Formats: sequence, structure tokens, C-alpha cells
Amino acid sequence: MTTARRDGPARLGNPVLLGIAGPAGLLLLIELAPRIGLVDERYLPPASRIGAALVTEAGTGVFWTALWETLSAWALGLALAVAAGVVAGIVIGSVPVLRALTASTVEFLRPIPSVALIPLAVLLYGTDLGSTLMLVCYAAFWQVLVQVLYGVADVDPVAFETARSFRFSAWARIRYVLWPTALPYVFTGIRLAASVALVLAITAELVIGAPGLGREIAVAQASEAVPTMYALIVVTGVLGVLINLLARTGERRLLAWHQSVRGEVAL
Amino acid sequence: MNVLKRTALALALPFVLFAGWWVLSADSENFYSPPLSAILTAFGDTWTLDRIRADVLPSLLRLFAGFLLAAVLGVAAGVAIGLNRRLRAVAEPVLEFFRAVPPPVLVPVIMLFAGIGDAMKVIVIVFGCVWPILLNTVEGVRAVDGVVLETARSYGVTGPARITHVILPSASPQIAAGLRQALSIAIILMVISEMFAASNGLGFTIVQFQRGFEIPEMWSGIILLGMLGFGLSLLFRLAERRALRWYEGLRAAQRSG
Repeated sequence: MTTARRDGPARLGNPVLLGIAGPAGLLLLIELAPRIGLVDERYLPPASRIGAALVTEAGTGVFWTALWETLSAWALGLALAVAAGVVAGIVIGSVPVLRALTASTVEFLRPIPSVALIPLAVLLYGTDLGSTLMLVCYAAFWQVLVQVLYGVADVDPVAFETARSFRFSAWARIRYVLWPTALPYVFTGIRLAASVALVLAITAELVIGAPGLGREIAVAQASEAVPTMYALIVVTGVLGVLINLLARTGERRLLAWHQSVRGEVAL
Repeated sequence: MNVLKRTALALALPFVLFAGWWVLSADSENFYSPPLSAILTAFGDTWTLDRIRADVLPSLLRLFAGFLLAAVLGVAAGVAIGLNRRLRAVAEPVLEFFRAVPPPVLVPVIMLFAGIGDAMKVIVIVFGCVWPILLNTVEGVRAVDGVVLETARSYGVTGPARITHVILPSASPQIAAGLRQALSIAIILMVISEMFAASNGLGFTIVQFQRGFEIPEMWSGIILLGMLGFGLSLLFRLAERRALRWYEGLRAAQRSG
């Protein structure tokens, strides 16, 4: 009887099959629930109609332009935030006085919800790309900065002092001692920032009306094109999954040399 | 002395920034960045007790209702999924997808079902917050020490007692991490759902100010929202530290040991 809990792979069934069963079941539910009248068809169209709307959307130029606009705003905002976060993190992290001075300010500014800046962004940039960038940068910057600060704090003092005794220049110390230590943290920061940036890009488009997928969702909602709206939402979800996947594989590839990725084989 | 120095360091930069803002904006002609003194005056005039009762309180109530509901649902479902490998294999891809959907796009969907009342906003917050809590709970439950589980089993700790005394406490650091993520999502969704469609609330009021070009009032709203975000995260951290005191102690002991 006690073996029942530790069910082996044989008892579990094929993991791939089970993995497919989940999404397939969900699709079936969305297909059937409106058809048998469990939910109103006007609110939740059957999966097949959402799929058809998705195909129609994919045939229009508007969709691809919107997708491109969302992705470019995401990439540009993320790149700016990562660059600023890494530089600021290394500078603040390696000077103890600066770190002590800025700690309270960082702790205060970080939890400020970036959506609070929406009205300001509207006034400053209207419905341009600038609005989206402002929100994306603000939200993503803190994720990177905080991780870089953790990373810099994690540098082995002995290694750092050794480099100093060997008369490494300040630049060489950063490049060869600090940077490799901080790199895993930087990647964690980038991974977190990448998903936050997508959320904020879509939000800005949805709420402010900056060009992109979010605005298309708002347009579809306003014109009561419900299947199209669901189709676009599915696209944003797929984008989110892809970004997560990309960030994770990128991290694993680029950090293959690092212990935290290699696992505990070394022990 | 040390405390004094630490306090001075902590307060120095905020003071300098504040003073800088005050001086630089003192005779600002720019319509969009009024003098800080004007913003502060507007702050006092705008956020009176009546205003707080009419706009801030409903926002906060919706936030807490949504967050608590999401916490209960997320932890319950997370424990169930975490304990059952087959369920986990089936549910995980779906959950990963739902987590990846940017939560604000749920607002238009939920508006279809629930109209534009309080219920809509609470459901939006629940839907947005529940995924990080759920997935972190699953991770936490999976990572429960096997020896602890076996020991509890040999002592006859089974059924509900096993969940409340063994599994939930072991998973609580992970659950807390999920709750922390969920809190910031909850604040974002609170604001956005009110910006979309509402007749009261913080997000609604701030957008009204912006549309009416009442710039100092708008700035005061942004500052209030910032303070709210900061205050809530501080509150959460205090609660977390209290609830997880044993865990911090354990980690400190492990590190020094």
C-alpha cells in the first residue's frame, strides 16, 4: 500500500500525453461550454470560432504591424532598461557609500506601480511609442537593478582583494572578477524584466491606445468582435510563453559554465 | 552613533532629491511639471477624508478582497496539484499559459461577463493574482523534504493534519514569494480596472484629473499611488518576516553553520 504514493513512470502514464491532455481538455471545454449553453456564446465563443478569428487576423496586415509594434516596443524598452540597470547596478553596487545612500530610495521607488505613471505618460507622449517605452523602462529597470545589486554583493571578497593585489585596474576588476560573479543574477534580472516588459507594453497599448496588440484588443472589444478579442489575447499569451522559454534557454546556454546551471554534479 | 549614521545615510538622498525637485520646480512655467509646492498644496486639498472614503477606500477594499480570494484559491489548488503528479502533468502547460497572458488583457474579457461593477474588478484581480500564487505553491509543495514527509507518515500524521502541519509550513517560504509577486500585480490590476470603467476609485480619479488637465491634482494622485504601493509592500514584508521568522532563523543558522 505504501508504494502507492511513489508512483513510478509506468503508473503515471506517458508525460507527453498527459501534457497534451491538459490543453486539449481546455480547448474541448471552451468548444463545448458555449455550444451546450453553459456560458453565453456572445461572451465566450467556441474555441473553433476563436481559431477561425485567429486565422482571419493572421491574414491581415494590421495584425502583423501590431505584433511588430508590440515586439519592438518590448525589445527597445527592455534593452534600455537592462543597459541602465546593469550600469547603475555595478556603479552603485561597487561603491559602498553609494549603496548605503541609495538603498532607501531604491526601496521606495521600486514598489511604485508603474501604471501610476500612465497619466503622466499620456500627457508627455500622447499615444506614441514614447508612452509605452516609459512604462516598460520604468517597470523593467528595477528588476534588473535589484538583481545586479544582489550579484555585486555576492562577489567573493578574497577574489576581489587578490585581483587588487595583482594590480588589476578598476576596469579589469569589474570585467574579470565582478562581472562573471554577477552574470547569473543579471540573467535572472533580464528574465524577470522580459516578462514584466511584455505586460507593461500590452498594458500601455490597451489603456493608453499606443499602437500594438493591446490597442487591437481594445478596438476589438469596442467593436464587439469578441472572437477576435479572444484570438488576440491568445496571441499575447503565446508571446508570453515564448518570451519565458527564450529567456530560460538563453540563460541556460550562456551560463552553461556556471555552477548554478550545471547543478550539483561538482559536489 | 551607528544608528544615527545609518539613519542619516538613509534619509540623505531622499532629502536631496526632494529639495532638488522643490528648488528646480519652484518657478516652473512648464504646464506639465508644476512646482512641487503646488503639488503638495493640491495633495492636501485633494485627498481629504471625504475623498479618501469615497475613492481610496473602495479601491483598497477591492484590492484586499481580490488578493485574499486569489490567495485562498491559489494555495488550495496549488496544494492539490502539487500533491498529485498526474494532475500536475495535465495542468502544468495550461497553467504556464495562463500565467504568461499579460493580466491586464483580462479586463475586457471579464467586463463581458461581469459588467463594470465591483464584481468585475475583484474578479480581474483574482484572475491576475492567482497564477503566481498557484505555481509557487506547487513548487513549494513539490520541494517538501522527503524525510519530513516519511517521518510524519510514520508518526501517523495523515489527512488534513498532514497538510496543515507538514506541507503548508514547509511550502510557506515559496508561497510567500508567490504572494509578494501577486501583490504587485494586484495593485496594477486595481488601477487598470478602474481606469477602464469605474465611477470611483484611485485609478478612476487620477485619469479624471489627467483628462481635465488638473495637473497638480494628477501629480498628487500619482504620489498617493506610489505611497500606497510602498506602504503595502512594507506591510507585506513585515507580515512575511513575522510569519516566516523560523525560516529566516533556519537559513541564518545554515549559513553560519
